[in-house]
Amino acid sequence: MANFPDAGLVKDESVLVTEAKAGHYEAFEELVNRYEKKIYRLGLNLTGNPEDAEDMLQETFLKAFEHLPTFREDSRFYTWIVRIAINQGLMKLRKRRSSKEVQLDDASNDDGDVIPREFADWRPNPEQEMERTELEAILQNAARSLPMTFRTVFLLRDVEGLSTEETAEMLNLSEGAVKARLFRARLRLREELSKTLKIKKDS
Amino acid sequence: MNCRNAIQQISGYLDGNLDDDLKRTLEVHLNGCHHCKAVFDTTRKTVDLYCDGKLFQLPGTVRDRLHDALRAKWGTGSK
Repeated sequence: MANFPDAGLVKDESVLVTEAKAGHYEAFEELVNRYEKKIYRLGLNLTGNPEDAEDMLQETFLKAFEHLPTFREDSRFYTWIVRIAINQGLMKLRKRRSSKEVQLDDASNDDGDVIPREFADWRPNPEQEMERTELEAILQNAARSLPMTFRTVFLLRDVEGLSTEETAEMLNLSEGAVKARLFRARLRLREELSKTLKIKKDS
Repeated sequence: MNCRNAIQQISGYLDGNLDDDLKRTLEVHLNGCHHCKAVFDTTRKTVDLYCDGKLFQLPGTVRDRLHDALRAKWGTGSK
């Protein structure tokens, strides 16, 4: 891959990684600044509560700091961070709940068709009409209603923007399984959100 | 294309993975089927809502505690 000289003020991620590895805290901090919001959001949607999300956020970047010398840069830094975050989040959930609930293959028998039941349109802009905290609670509860494997696939693919290949590798699934679970996750979330976001005919 | 087949293709359509023929067939179906169009629109909206950058903000106190912990670990103290 070509290395382009630093353009303007925004430093290339690989430059920051090199500088952080060489012991420059400011470079590491810049990497943290870039991704802390996304990792926190991932934590909220994965674990469903702010305390676990904060723990996951801290543990992720402390681990990243600790293991930075061994980061081989054969993936994007962000993908590496997300991998650490997912592992931390799943470990946290396993400690909190019965291990059965957070097995990544917990949907392996769930291969049936997803049949939509809600066909109503939604209010056009719930993000503008509703209180932010109310909408966040609705989204978090819907995410939490998904089996863990659906939830992680959805969050990695659709929210964090990882590729099918990256997601498959990270979760030790085939690419076909990632696609199938993403499809089911999207439709199940939609179904769940429809309960509160649909336009009610009788109102 | 019937509704069942249309629903099966919704995810591929959202990801831009359908070939031109299938995409056109699905679009014809969606234009004529309010139910499937609603499922498609609300599925896309589902993804958009989770990606909305205004939601799930990182609280300042949480951020401060993160950076304090990192500085302590790094051993540099505050800049």
